[in-house]
Amino acid sequence: MLLTFTNGVHPQEFKSWTNNSPVERLPFFADYVIPLSQHIGAPSKSLVRKGQYVARGEKIAEPGAYVSVAYHSPVDGVVSAVELAEHPGGKMVPSIKIKADPFSSQRLEKKPIDWKSLTKKEFADHLQNSGMVGLGGAAFPSHVKFAVPDDKKCDYLIINGCECEPFLTADHRVMAEYPLEVMRGIEMLQYFLTPKKTFIGIEANKKDAINILQLEANKHPELAVEIVSLEVKYPQGAEKMLISAILTNEVPSGTIPLDGGYLVSNVGTVAAIAEYFDSGKPLIERVVTVSGSNIKRPANLLVPIGTSMQELLNACGGFKSSDFGDSARILLGGPMMGMAQKSLDVPVVKGTSGVLALGVLEVPGRNTFQCIRCGRCLEACPMFLNPSTLGLLAKKGLYEEMLEENLMDCMECASCSYVCPSGIPLVQSFRVAKAVNRERKVA
Amino acid sequence: MTALAGIATAGLFMGGLGFSLAALLAYANRKLYVEEDPRIDAVEEMLPHSNCGACGEPGCRSFAEVLVNKEAEPGKCTVNTVEMTQSVADYLGVDVGDHDKQVARLACAGGSHVAYFRAKYEGLKSCRAAAVAGGGKGCTWGCLGLADCETSCDFDAIQMNKFGLPVVNENLCVACSDCVDSCPKDLFSLQPVSHQLWVACKSLGFGDEVEADCEVVCTACERCAVDAPEGLIKIRNNLAIIDYEKNELASKVAIERCPTGAIVWLKKGGDSIIKGTGAKKVIRMEPLPRVA
Amino acid sequence: MKKELILSTSPFLHDSATTPWIMFQVIYALIPIIAAAAYFFGMSALLLIAVTVLACLVTERIFTAAKQEEPSSLKDGSAVLTGILLALTLPPGFPLWMAFLGGLAAIGMGKMIWGGLGQNIFNPALLGRAFLQSSFPTAITTWSVPDGQFFSFRGTNLALPFFQGESLDSATSATPLALMKFQQEGTEWFKLLMGNTSGSLGETSAALLLLVGVYLGMRRVFDWRIPVSIILTVTVLSSIFYVINAERFPSPDFMLLSGGLLLGAIFMATDPVTSPYTPKGVWYFGFGIGFLVVLIRLFGGLPEGVMYAVLLMNSVTPLLNKLTRKRVYGHLKNG
Repeated sequence: MLLTFTNGVHPQEFKSWTNNSPVERLPFFADYVIPLSQHIGAPSKSLVRKGQYVARGEKIAEPGAYVSVAYHSPVDGVVSAVELAEHPGGKMVPSIKIKADPFSSQRLEKKPIDWKSLTKKEFADHLQNSGMVGLGGAAFPSHVKFAVPDDKKCDYLIINGCECEPFLTADHRVMAEYPLEVMRGIEMLQYFLTPKKTFIGIEANKKDAINILQLEANKHPELAVEIVSLEVKYPQGAEKMLISAILTNEVPSGTIPLDGGYLVSNVGTVAAIAEYFDSGKPLIERVVTVSGSNIKRPANLLVPIGTSMQELLNACGGFKSSDFGDSARILLGGPMMGMAQKSLDVPVVKGTSGVLALGVLEVPGRNTFQCIRCGRCLEACPMFLNPSTLGLLAKKGLYEEMLEENLMDCMECASCSYVCPSGIPLVQSFRVAKAVNRERKVA
Repeated sequence: MTALAGIATAGLFMGGLGFSLAALLAYANRKLYVEEDPRIDAVEEMLPHSNCGACGEPGCRSFAEVLVNKEAEPGKCTVNTVEMTQSVADYLGVDVGDHDKQVARLACAGGSHVAYFRAKYEGLKSCRAAAVAGGGKGCTWGCLGLADCETSCDFDAIQMNKFGLPVVNENLCVACSDCVDSCPKDLFSLQPVSHQLWVACKSLGFGDEVEADCEVVCTACERCAVDAPEGLIKIRNNLAIIDYEKNELASKVAIERCPTGAIVWLKKGGDSIIKGTGAKKVIRMEPLPRVA
Repeated sequence: MKKELILSTSPFLHDSATTPWIMFQVIYALIPIIAAAAYFFGMSALLLIAVTVLACLVTERIFTAAKQEEPSSLKDGSAVLTGILLALTLPPGFPLWMAFLGGLAAIGMGKMIWGGLGQNIFNPALLGRAFLQSSFPTAITTWSVPDGQFFSFRGTNLALPFFQGESLDSATSATPLALMKFQQEGTEWFKLLMGNTSGSLGETSAALLLLVGVYLGMRRVFDWRIPVSIILTVTVLSSIFYVINAERFPSPDFMLLSGGLLLGAIFMATDPVTSPYTPKGVWYFGFGIGFLVVLIRLFGGLPEGVMYAVLLMNSVTPLLNKLTRKRVYGHLKNG
């Protein structure tokens, strides 16, 4: 019996296109754009001027506040501009544009860091300066996440290898190809966080990753890592759902998991942390899955952060048909929570786990009908909310009343919209309601 | 005989019941009467009864209370006619106060004939919802054209034109600020009608790059800032900002050399917009082709 | 030339079940039932179904036109479904003009005046039937014998509007439930299972109804818990009464297989609009219907109680939804 949480949905996985393709390194291209707010928190401050030569891995922006991280150049090259540029989130944000040096070898010297001699505070500073953020998609600064205040205690360290979004296989490949880094990262986190127990939660559709990590874990019995296979169900990889699945406990509303002694971290982040301390390489590249029915050659790629989507898609053979068709969408992130893009000029950012080109196959046309109160959304919502009622309230514009229906507990996993037979855009209206409520509170 | 008696009993009983309840009500009305300034009723009668909230009060009655308590001036009501406001002031024996008519103005001129949409938005037909998805317009700051403001306006003062831009009828606009709140891009603001110099753009982009998305964008070329009297216009974050403290200095000089026509001169009455002679003429009268 | 990209919000994947798909699955599932009705009652059955479906579609069209909506609600299949279901609850010899009126009432009073699909409190088909029951109590309790003759009309099918009409066939008989109620006479369970008894169009063949029910439940077209809880409740309660007094009360197998119980449990009670949507509420809803059916059948004045049981439980659906709200994740208490 596999562990899991209550409710949830089973979307088609579409993972077979890329789950056996090893991670390939993307060649270097000419132009890179580094938006200075790829993370959650205050924007970072640029440290470079136009025309300045920067080396690969050199710090080009410093944190703008505590909840903010540093940025590093993904290439040897020259800063061509510091100006507003489009961010995959749809906004224009200050960005550093870098032209790669075509004659550079782009080699990065190994500078291991003696992490065992660091204090907790220094460890967090290192994370902040390495630009480390959660690579699962939210891009929350790691130094904030792993800074456990004195009155709190991390009892359970949970490494999240669920990757419940369809199509995406980036974390899967990281686990299958970098098991040593994952274990090294866990060793470091254990050293600083001293959890009672460490788990790695992996959905059962990644058998190879589970086996490889289990072998690696057997080599490090002192870490006492328990690998848990979980039912394949969306949103298994959501923090709260993962805690419910593994420890059968809920995270009380309005608290963060750490209040209950849980710390959940994405597996890719853990590997990146290990890589940083073992080789000195800051967060300048990440594994990205490029997939979808409209991509000629789906692949898992190691992509320098700042690479434009256009280049990335070209590297995968481009689109199958130049005509996008009526259902074509280009997404950053997974199909359940990702964002559709209006142009291909946006860069890959730290939170980009996948780039998908969808076609009619995945997104057939859909009509909207009236709610027939079938209750499918109630049995899909992992937070046990009532999306049907929330949707009716949203339709009438009763946004404040939605708060009483626990709107703020909604994590926008989109399970309700996924199952709704009437095609009602539930999550979208919830996002609108949240935005309006936020604004009204400010006003 | 018994039938008559029955009717009589019923009549007596119901009559008695009605009478005693009426007496009780009359007594309660006396006993529980709340002393209220009769002027509040009189003032409320002179207010427009639209309960729009433009004055900052929840409704006309509470505004009347505020007026009677002399905590505000009658001119704060932007909906009322000048004559009625004057009569409220006369009745209460106070100054009219500031009655500079304000209207809502849109800081965007990027209709579908001049601004490019880079992607087609599908989903809930509202600007709010489209903003969640990114909108699809090339310009990140521009009007999404799905008419949230038109829907929110209780006075029918906003109509969408054929290019998907809201047009404010200044005669009907009462400056209630509903459109200001409804716009997810914060394009509306309330402006006194005396502010005739107007930057119809909110783009923070610079130069040709933003002009590729919209032909009437402010490219931050600074010509208006140079031409206008000292300090009237400043370029901040690649956008011309007019300092309305110095509004009396404003003249059409500032708009003459604007290459895109992003800064305009609004004629009194709001019926026409004057662009500078340097602005490129927009002669296209149909939406731009929607293919990138 | 490249076409432009499409911008929409997540999720980009959707479950394959759509509202029309659900409606049409039920309609397809009804085809064997309709075939059985045609086998037992011939032309009469098909005519009745055609008339009610037509009435429902016409009413839906009139109302959507009045609301100046696109006629898209015609395409979702719900009106057709209501029409078929209504016909299946009628006796084969029912006058067609009355059936037409029933269709009008079902969609008009049962659905559209509430605001259309998804807004109504009562099951439209059953509301239409209740309307007919109270308007034409005689016609709706006159049952023809299943003779298997295809090309003949039954009962008062062809009566002129506003006339009761003369019965075309001499052979009418009581339904198994009426026999039980008024003559204490049972019917063989095998006969019930096959459906070779008199009754309304869709309630005769228990075996077919069960098969179709299993199919729909397995395809997740409807909530399987509703029919299961109804059947469970009826079985348990009637067993208890049967054990207490086998002379007076019918056996549980008779209770299950006779009358409209299966039709009601599988097609009427499972209407998503009028049944609760909370997992717990669904069970209570089924228990309630089962309890009321047994109560009405054994102690009430009518031989059959499924229609009223479902309608009564429909009326408490909003209450059930409210009472059985699930505790929100991370909250200590309900609400």
